[in-house]
Amino acid sequence: MIKRFILALALLLPSVAFAAGYSGPLDRANYDLRDKESLQRGAQIYMNYCLACHSMQYQRYSRTFNDLGIPQELGEELLQFTSSPGMHKTSAIDADAAAEWFGLTPPDLTMVARVRGADWIYTYLRSFYADDSRPFGANNAIFDNVGMPHVLEELQGTPRRVTEQRMVDGEMTDVYVGIRSDGNGTMSPEEFDQAMLDLTNFLVYTGEPMILERQRMGYFVIGFLIVFLILAILLKKEYWRDIK
Amino acid sequence: MSRLMNWIDKRLPVSNSLKLHVTQYPAPKNFNFWYLMGSLALVVLVNQIVTGIWLTMNYDTSATGAFASIEYIMRDVEYGWLLRYMHSTGASFFFIVVYLHMFRGLMYGSYQKPRELLWVFGMLIFLVLMAEAFMGYMLPWGQMSFWGAQVIISLFGAIPYVGDALTTWIRGDYVISGATLNRFFALHVIALPLVLVILVFLHIIALHEVGSNNPDGVDTKKPKGTVPDEEKAPFEFHERYTNKYDIVDSVPFHPYYTVKDIVGLAGFLILFALVLFFEPTMGGQFLESPNFEAADPMRTPEHIAPVWYFTPFYAILAAVPNAVLGVVMMFLAIVVLFLVPWLDRSTVRSVRYRSGFHKANLALLVVSFVILGFVGALPPTEFWTVVGRIFTFTYFAFFVLLFIYSKNEKTKPVPERVTK
Amino acid sequence: MSNAPVDKGRRRFLTVATSVVGGAGAVAAAVPFIASWNPSARARIAGAPVEMKIDKIEPGQLVRSEWRGSPVWVIRRTPAMVEQLNLTDDRVRDPNSDQPQQPEYAKNQHRSIDPEWFVAVGICTHLGCSPQFLPRNFTNMDGIESGFFCPCHGSRFDIAGRVFQGVPAPTNLVVPPHYFVDESTILIGVDEGAA
Repeated sequence: MIKRFILALALLLPSVAFAAGYSGPLDRANYDLRDKESLQRGAQIYMNYCLACHSMQYQRYSRTFNDLGIPQELGEELLQFTSSPGMHKTSAIDADAAAEWFGLTPPDLTMVARVRGADWIYTYLRSFYADDSRPFGANNAIFDNVGMPHVLEELQGTPRRVTEQRMVDGEMTDVYVGIRSDGNGTMSPEEFDQAMLDLTNFLVYTGEPMILERQRMGYFVIGFLIVFLILAILLKKEYWRDIK
Repeated sequence: MSRLMNWIDKRLPVSNSLKLHVTQYPAPKNFNFWYLMGSLALVVLVNQIVTGIWLTMNYDTSATGAFASIEYIMRDVEYGWLLRYMHSTGASFFFIVVYLHMFRGLMYGSYQKPRELLWVFGMLIFLVLMAEAFMGYMLPWGQMSFWGAQVIISLFGAIPYVGDALTTWIRGDYVISGATLNRFFALHVIALPLVLVILVFLHIIALHEVGSNNPDGVDTKKPKGTVPDEEKAPFEFHERYTNKYDIVDSVPFHPYYTVKDIVGLAGFLILFALVLFFEPTMGGQFLESPNFEAADPMRTPEHIAPVWYFTPFYAILAAVPNAVLGVVMMFLAIVVLFLVPWLDRSTVRSVRYRSGFHKANLALLVVSFVILGFVGALPPTEFWTVVGRIFTFTYFAFFVLLFIYSKNEKTKPVPERVTK
Repeated sequence: MSNAPVDKGRRRFLTVATSVVGGAGAVAAAVPFIASWNPSARARIAGAPVEMKIDKIEPGQLVRSEWRGSPVWVIRRTPAMVEQLNLTDDRVRDPNSDQPQQPEYAKNQHRSIDPEWFVAVGICTHLGCSPQFLPRNFTNMDGIESGFFCPCHGSRFDIAGRVFQGVPAPTNLVVPPHYFVDESTILIGVDEGAA
């Protein structure tokens, strides 16, 4: 609640546009950092589908297990594919080789949610569509000519870009309205959306793993300061009774 | 205890200095909200110094390690995130209180005779603070750190003849590199803070020499022997002040203004904590989103804007179509503030007793500055460039107009004594 | 001055109350600064327990490992070496290991879990040099052949790391927490069951 209030204040200032050239509407990601099961599922998707190319070099395995309530041994067995406990998560592929395949090194995603925002990630993950003109056969509605293949196709099925004929400025034009899967994925559209929300949730967490601790401490500090403020006001009034 | 104090006082004027500057320093009794900002700025300065020292304990100054070391502080060092956010939030709050403090000075004529030098010291503090903030913003070595520094340093390239050589010299390399980072680190953590502390000291000494102004802009130190005893302020003030003046409408700084400043401090800390604990990036204003990506000399972020406290000056730079002239105008926008004590030729200090024209002119300055702040943060479009030009013009118009009308300004009668 | 008399009691109470609350706040604010000097997550992970394979160590051999940046020795003592401890008992400063230089389970004559296996931090308790392991020719005293000698200031320790009388080092060598995971593995840095 406090966060909303301050954000509202902050939004009075001009906001910085950071989406990659895309300025259209984004779907709202209703993530919940307190939902550990969602975070665990998100972590699992990340480990299975993303980590092969995208490192997460600032986030420790041990901290992830700790914060997400995953028993250390279970985590090491199911989620940790590289290195020893507590080390950072590194991607499996070689950076130079990747740069050659994809045209650039897949970026580290530890703080991608801080760079682009949760809504952008959530929308981006659900905006891939089949496009034969691209080297990997996939494009993205909010990140045109993206270099990344649609690695989640087995979950989502093959997505198609859906357009509608609409009147725009007196002319019939194709307008992009969304993505529709061919239904050949292992997940239903609702399940896929939930999975992407889980993944977004996880990325918000890794961007700033201390968010919950920070906010918890904030309530204490502000509560304390209010008490101090009241005392200070009484003290000031007491002294200033001297002054006409 | 008193024997110990005696012993010390014979060797170092501790008690006397405390009386002179704290317990027997006469401060006008009618200070309002705006007079909090000086103390708050001092508190923020201390916060910046202490958290800054702690951050250097884990910061890596190399171009390869700087970005990762910030994340190390944020994630691995116990409470490192808190120290880092205290520092980054403090930087923005520093400018908030300093801008309000400067506006207070303009509003109540705190720069007028005999406080010209006080104002100049204040402006020097502002200048050093900007350099300090700029260099500090480079240290996280994120995309904004890198490209922001790139743009600002390139400004010096606009200087004819020596420009290119100068920028190369500042960078210590042909691009922004580890060499630049290292020298900026040295300046940020020791050289500039040292200058800043000395300037703050001089600012306070100069203040206490001439005495504080007040919202009415009237003198509370009357010539000796002109005020009957029952009219004098009923407190004991230091003889340094009472030997020369009869003091009216004043209270000792301690306890009256210490208790008042504590109230202000508590309120300020609540606002500070709200940002620090609930929205430390302030929606991308205090910590810009692209700065969470490591610096990449090969790829510029789509939109580079300086941090909010530089945007008004940046907008002036962008508003001028000629590169050299733009830089000149930007520096002029700051230089002209130094000259305010001599541009304002009125003898009435406070806005309360000055003409409607002056009030409108001051409002124009504030509006121009705020709008320029917005324009400087937005991506440059034709529309916003025009807006930027209009308000660059009005920003400078304030100073020109002030010089013209202040000579024969129609002011209201100023009271003898401060009002309630 | 207003005419109302000053309520000194109230003024004093408010002054004290504000000072106490403010002071408590200042102390609380100091906590993060002090706590940030603790080992970071990186240091703690680097200081995690170290596993060591011991099945290839010959009798009489010392093997070094590193734990928290210090050398840790694992020595497989021969029965003859252990026997010498009876001779050094009255020549060492702290024969019963009364000083807390070892976990409870190593507070015995041989200062280890198993007399055969001696685990110690290889840092002299005098000024921090690393002593030499001398399996033979340690002293010219009868029967006392093995021990540790610190080249920096000449401190001597017997084969259970007990410091001799009359040398600069004040206490016995430190025995780190450790336990046998199985026949061939020893885990240094943590007590059994504490992991």
